[in-house]
Amino acid sequence: MTGGVWIGAVALARLMPMHLVLDGAAVIRSCGPTLRRLLGADDPVDRPFSQLFTLRHGPALVGVADLLAGQGRLFVERRGSSDLSFRGIAVPAKDGALINLSFGIGVVEAVQRHALTEADFAPTDLTVELLYLYEAKTAVLEELRALNDRLQGDKVVAEEQALTDPLTGLRNRRALDLALEQPGRNVAVVHLDLDRFKQVNDALGHAAGDHVLAEVGRRLLAASRRDDLVARIGGDEFVLLMPGMDRAEAALARMEAILSALSEPIPWQGMGLSVGASAGMVLSATSPEAPVAVLLARADAALYAAKRAGRGRVRLWSPDLWSVEGQG
Amino acid sequence: MNGLINRSIQCFLRDGWGSGVWDDAARAAGVPPQGFEPLLPYPPEVTDRLLAAAATRLNRDSACLLEDMGTYIVSHPARAAVRRLLRFGGSDFRDFLQSLEDLPARARLALPDLVLPALRLREEAPDDFRLEIGAGRPGLAEVTLGLLRAMADDYGALVTMRLESVSPDGAAILAIRLLDQAHGMGRAFSLGRVE
Repeated sequence: MTGGVWIGAVALARLMPMHLVLDGAAVIRSCGPTLRRLLGADDPVDRPFSQLFTLRHGPALVGVADLLAGQGRLFVERRGSSDLSFRGIAVPAKDGALINLSFGIGVVEAVQRHALTEADFAPTDLTVELLYLYEAKTAVLEELRALNDRLQGDKVVAEEQALTDPLTGLRNRRALDLALEQPGRNVAVVHLDLDRFKQVNDALGHAAGDHVLAEVGRRLLAASRRDDLVARIGGDEFVLLMPGMDRAEAALARMEAILSALSEPIPWQGMGLSVGASAGMVLSATSPEAPVAVLLARADAALYAAKRAGRGRVRLWSPDLWSVEGQG
Repeated sequence: MNGLINRSIQCFLRDGWGSGVWDDAARAAGVPPQGFEPLLPYPPEVTDRLLAAAATRLNRDSACLLEDMGTYIVSHPARAAVRRLLRFGGSDFRDFLQSLEDLPARARLALPDLVLPALRLREEAPDDFRLEIGAGRPGLAEVTLGLLRAMADDYGALVTMRLESVSPDGAAILAIRLLDQAHGMGRAFSLGRVE
């Protein structure tokens, strides 16, 4: 053997803290200090390799020839404990073999479990750098997760704000448009506006007007059911979507109750402001062919008819209102 | 990677002096009160404005403030991850000092956007070191001074340190004298996270 080197046991231990030297009968003659530590109470020296270790895909009784086969590349496991496994390489040494082991991908768990320190690894071993990277990656991921949580929270708030009318807390035009994309079955579409809002606003000012709108919003919400959508779509105009309304009588009765609530005077600076409201309603159940835009136009036509018939009332759309629809 | 730095300042002010001081400094610097996201970029001048506002609010000289921030980054329980990552640099304080030259590369491994100036360590005489900080980040020398003091405590080493020179572009030289490597107990560190 030309260019060979002789190396003492102490130097070998420093160079390869996880080595094994086997004799020709595959009995362990030397073991690196880190590997010895991992094996715990079992002193590996003078014991057959097969007593302490198994080769993945290898024979039960491992000989030196098995270790050196296939260029000596090894997957080694501690016998009886699959959570301690190693990558390794075996090279011929005297009539036996020199094996150098390292942790595979399980290195993070192994270091934690066996409380290894930097001194347990050769300075050339990148294990400590790997652990550093693992921790850096974990810290960055935690920050990213926190960032995502905050952004998600902001997004929910922003979406909610984008769909809310700030004055009344009701849904806005955009929310209505979104809801109308999937209106559901048997929905009552109501177009409602206040009868004497303009007078209040003109006589008492915007503060009174805003107060009236906010109170109307509260009364509409109080009268609505969980699946209803109540939107303020501008000025003193409101649209209600009430799902599950397939019968005209029930829908009309609900609207009568709502208009009655809105006809109650609204207290303002010692006065009682009676604004009242009119409403036009159409049931999708009775206009199954009508697209959403037509439903809204029909509710609008019915509202117009309700106003003309003397305010404070609800009018259900019927085909004889077609002529009015053209004006909307 | 200004977000990380700005966020550190934010946490330093909040954890050290309370959210009132943070709110005041943020308002004076024109920064939103909810503060910074550590992984998002911000214009570089924001950092300077924020530091100036904090120094004014606390009526402290900004060099002292930066030094305290360096100590905070390593020693405050809320920033435990930074301290652990730094401890990977070496098994004792001398090792750690020698590993500082690798720090910019280590930082880049963790966060590719985090660019730190070059660091060079010279041992002028036994246990007498000079740490040369490259130009690019004014204020970093003061932060480093506080950070190294806290790391010396962490390792249990007795050390004296001073800023030997600082130039406006941020280039600086720190003088570090290692008096006793194993003066105190230091804090425990294990490679696997079990603390």
